[in-house]
Amino acid sequence: MPSSTSFLARICLSTFAVLPLAGQTSLTGAGATFPAPIYQKWFNEYQSVGNVQINYQPNGSGGGIKAVSEGTVDFGASDMPLTDEQLKSYKDKNGFRMLLFPTVLGAAVPSYNVPGVSSELKFTGKALAGIFLGTIKTWNDPEIAKANPGVKLPADRIVVVHRSDGSGTTFCWTDYLSKMSPEWSSKVGKNTSVRWPVGLGAKGNDGVAGLIKQQKGSIGYVELIYAIKNHLAYGAVQNKSGQFVKADLKSVTAAAAAVKTIPADFRVSITDQPGNGVYPVSTYTWLLIPEKIAEATKRKALSGFLKWAITAGQNSVEALDYARLPQAVVAKEEKQIALIK
Amino acid sequence: MAATTHIAEVLRRRNSRSFLERLRGGDEIAYTVTLIAAAVILAIVAMIVSELWTHSQPTVKAFGWRFLISSAWDPNSGEFGALPFIYGTCVTALLALLIAVPLGIASSIFLAEMASPRLSSFLTFLIELLAAVPSVIYGLIGIFILVPFIRDYIVPPLTKTFGFLPIFGGDFYGLSFLSAGIVLSIMVVPFIISVSREVLLAVPTELREAALALGATKWETTWQIVLPAASTGIIGSVFLALARALGETMAVTMVIGNTPVITASLLSPGYSIAAVIANEFAEASGDLYVSSLIFLGLVLFGLTIVINGFARLLILATSRRGA
Repeated sequence: MPSSTSFLARICLSTFAVLPLAGQTSLTGAGATFPAPIYQKWFNEYQSVGNVQINYQPNGSGGGIKAVSEGTVDFGASDMPLTDEQLKSYKDKNGFRMLLFPTVLGAAVPSYNVPGVSSELKFTGKALAGIFLGTIKTWNDPEIAKANPGVKLPADRIVVVHRSDGSGTTFCWTDYLSKMSPEWSSKVGKNTSVRWPVGLGAKGNDGVAGLIKQQKGSIGYVELIYAIKNHLAYGAVQNKSGQFVKADLKSVTAAAAAVKTIPADFRVSITDQPGNGVYPVSTYTWLLIPEKIAEATKRKALSGFLKWAITAGQNSVEALDYARLPQAVVAKEEKQIALIK
Repeated sequence: MAATTHIAEVLRRRNSRSFLERLRGGDEIAYTVTLIAAAVILAIVAMIVSELWTHSQPTVKAFGWRFLISSAWDPNSGEFGALPFIYGTCVTALLALLIAVPLGIASSIFLAEMASPRLSSFLTFLIELLAAVPSVIYGLIGIFILVPFIRDYIVPPLTKTFGFLPIFGGDFYGLSFLSAGIVLSIMVVPFIISVSREVLLAVPTELREAALALGATKWETTWQIVLPAASTGIIGSVFLALARALGETMAVTMVIGNTPVITASLLSPGYSIAAVIANEFAEASGDLYVSSLIFLGLVLFGLTIVINGFARLLILATSRRGA
């Protein structure tokens, strides 16, 4: 993603070039690359609001989980919820819990290049699972055709394109496919990298988009923000209520709002939710924060930032094409912030 | 008279017992400094190996040697194996050499022996420029220019004529062992050319003159006298190219298709060790996953040593037979 390179450059600059001013509390974090642009913007804005200097290193969800678990950073960030095992080993080691705070929402969208098809395609979950499993091999397969009446689909072979680098987008996509197909769930499963049954791997959103552009008959998934920023055409996906919905900021927030009971630890998958205008391949991204922070100034700074990010901070997310948190989640998170001791 | 007293003074100093006095002669300093430099290199290599080894222990414990011969790579079920990556690394590197060695040696012969000095130095400048191009640029050229070209103009006639051969069988989607090998060959050819050219130029002119005086043609002189004299250096350039090809990451991951499979077909997508480490390390979670990637790094290290060793043995064997 060209914008991510420049973002990385900017983040590196701001990480290393800006030194904390005298009297300012300084925090460090590491993790997910997907929310890095909005986090960076938040940290800049919050520096004047809360007099806190926050450095963030976007080195990937895996790196973020590792760094915060080992205590080398003050907070981590991840595009996938921590597993039971990860949470348990953290608690066993430290004697207190790791808390997860959803911050913004993202989505994965199907992008494709089908010769002779200019209209927007619709996909059922079954069709997407079949395509990525390799059981649906051609574009004129009945499972694709039945969702797209009136579209003349060619008999071309389908070429699947997926991410080769580990990614939260892949986690979201495979999480959705796992819910759509028992075969996918047992054979492949969900993760930031999986063992793909078919297809070509390309590095980053830009790699996937570039390959789709070049390869006739190809289909892949890209992060919604990347698709919006680069004006990529992408298809609609059928949600649990049977509606075909195209991803946008509203339909992604709707997916989060559709979850009626959010678990206390916020580890919730929001893929395949029912409801009007709900986009089914959506996901939260989380900040990972230890329940106990020994240093009082740091604890205060981090709690203050969290509270600001999920309330006032939400007003700046849509400018960067992130979907904002639903109101109910914000209220619930505020209660969890009080648990940080 | 002055000279003899000077030499006598130097000799007196060298034989004197005082270390400080001897230091002034320079030998001790040179020995110590160069020894330290050499030791640093050795220490760095040893440190890399020991770090990789310590951090790959979970994988070593879980899989042992099976890791090297297993084809599974599934982070979800915790199954890891290196074979498809080892295969992809070897296939692409060898393919690259297959293309780059004849091309590189032929061009270096032209530059050193045939071309006019002005043309030669101009072309050499261009070639050295090629060696300085960052690998991501080669990757981009690969994706946007080379891969479509290979897909549209090279592979269709290839499969039409040689489609019955397993190495050209199956579907072709552009990203493949073949594309990676071709991109790698372009990347390593400047190394072969510029080193080989220097070596050829270093062959003493007397050898050429002697051959020509005995009635050899210019080509006979080059082929039978100059090339054999320069062979050690040329082989050195090939090693350099091989090392670069084995370890290249960015350009390879952009054109190889990143699919861990083992297949005879060069048209199939594949994966290499360096590419999988670069792709998956940042997001890898779980000790076994991370340590498997680190172990892959150690495997690449070992692979480089083994392939280099084999190549050296091969040379030793052939040169003995020749003599």
